[in-house]
Amino acid sequence: MSVENTTTAQSPSPMATKPERLWPYLVIGIVLGIVFTRAEVVSWFRIQEMFRFQAFHMYGIIGSAVAVGAIGVQLIKRLGMRSMTLHPMEIPEDSFKAPGWQYWLGGIAFGLGWGLLGACPGPIYVLFGNGVTVMAAAFLSALVGVWTYGALRHRLPHS
Amino acid sequence: MMSFLTQPWPWYVAGPVIGLAVPLVYLYAGRKWGISSTFRDVCAAAIPSGFDYFDYSWRRLGGWRLTMAAGLIIGGFIAGVTGPGAVAISEATRTDLAGLGITDFSGFVPTELFSWSSLATLPGFVLIVVGGFLVGFGTRYANGCTSGHAISGLSALRVTSLVAVIGFFIGGLLSTHVLLPMLLGGGM
Repeated sequence: MSVENTTTAQSPSPMATKPERLWPYLVIGIVLGIVFTRAEVVSWFRIQEMFRFQAFHMYGIIGSAVAVGAIGVQLIKRLGMRSMTLHPMEIPEDSFKAPGWQYWLGGIAFGLGWGLLGACPGPIYVLFGNGVTVMAAAFLSALVGVWTYGALRHRLPHS
Repeated sequence: MMSFLTQPWPWYVAGPVIGLAVPLVYLYAGRKWGISSTFRDVCAAAIPSGFDYFDYSWRRLGGWRLTMAAGLIIGGFIAGVTGPGAVAISEATRTDLAGLGITDFSGFVPTELFSWSSLATLPGFVLIVVGGFLVGFGTRYANGCTSGHAISGLSALRVTSLVAVIGFFIGGLLSTHVLLPMLLGGGM
């Protein structure tokens, strides 16, 4: 979630919010962990297949996920739906500004890592649960990467 | 039903379920779905730094996604003990990877490269440690990963997310077609 780049689509509700529970997120995480495994999204081989354009599988997953997500987000925006807990929707506003350097350079750095490790952040957690315990080393290394970004942030090109 | 839960799922079942996470998380408490910010939360919680980037309330802003990450580990465990680990990739990919010296296709990762002992080898170190570092650094620099940009961001039709996803592919293609052959080309 981008704290600094996110603007709220609705103005904060004057009504009191209801408490946000954590267990729904645990349930979503468990379901996604099972889906990521069963659909082989966590497979290093599947990521290789994707970057070699040798199967439709990963493109079908990402494409259909975006289609369903986009329909859901557009419905929420067009119908002005509220969240169950009455917290404001953190849907990013449409931006017609040219994307800054961070999206190109950060994206390419992430892609280089994705191609080597064969796992993006979600699958790092899921693979660890699957018993690929060496993903703990990848996780710690990713933390060092995030820490390095935090250290260098003001010296890296943005927007 | 049980066999459905233990067999590999086709893309047209898995993709929509993953995509549903975006509106569901919005409809519950308005949160923008994404996973890689948990790395920032863990840094903010566990590593003292003094950098302004980690000076925020990780409990209030990140508690939900850290809980989801715990769920991902549990879900991975449940799926791991109940189903097959072998992945039926295309014959072309199998041939390409065999040319790089990979012979074990029985799990989710090539066991020759992804083990604790392989960390001490150059290919193992680059794939796991350098790969992990770049995933962490890149996702925070770009302000999102596959979930936040490719799924959430494209779902909101954001141009910045499209650029990030193009960047993901530029990097991934370089790793796959340039770095991996350099690293593994001579056999292992």
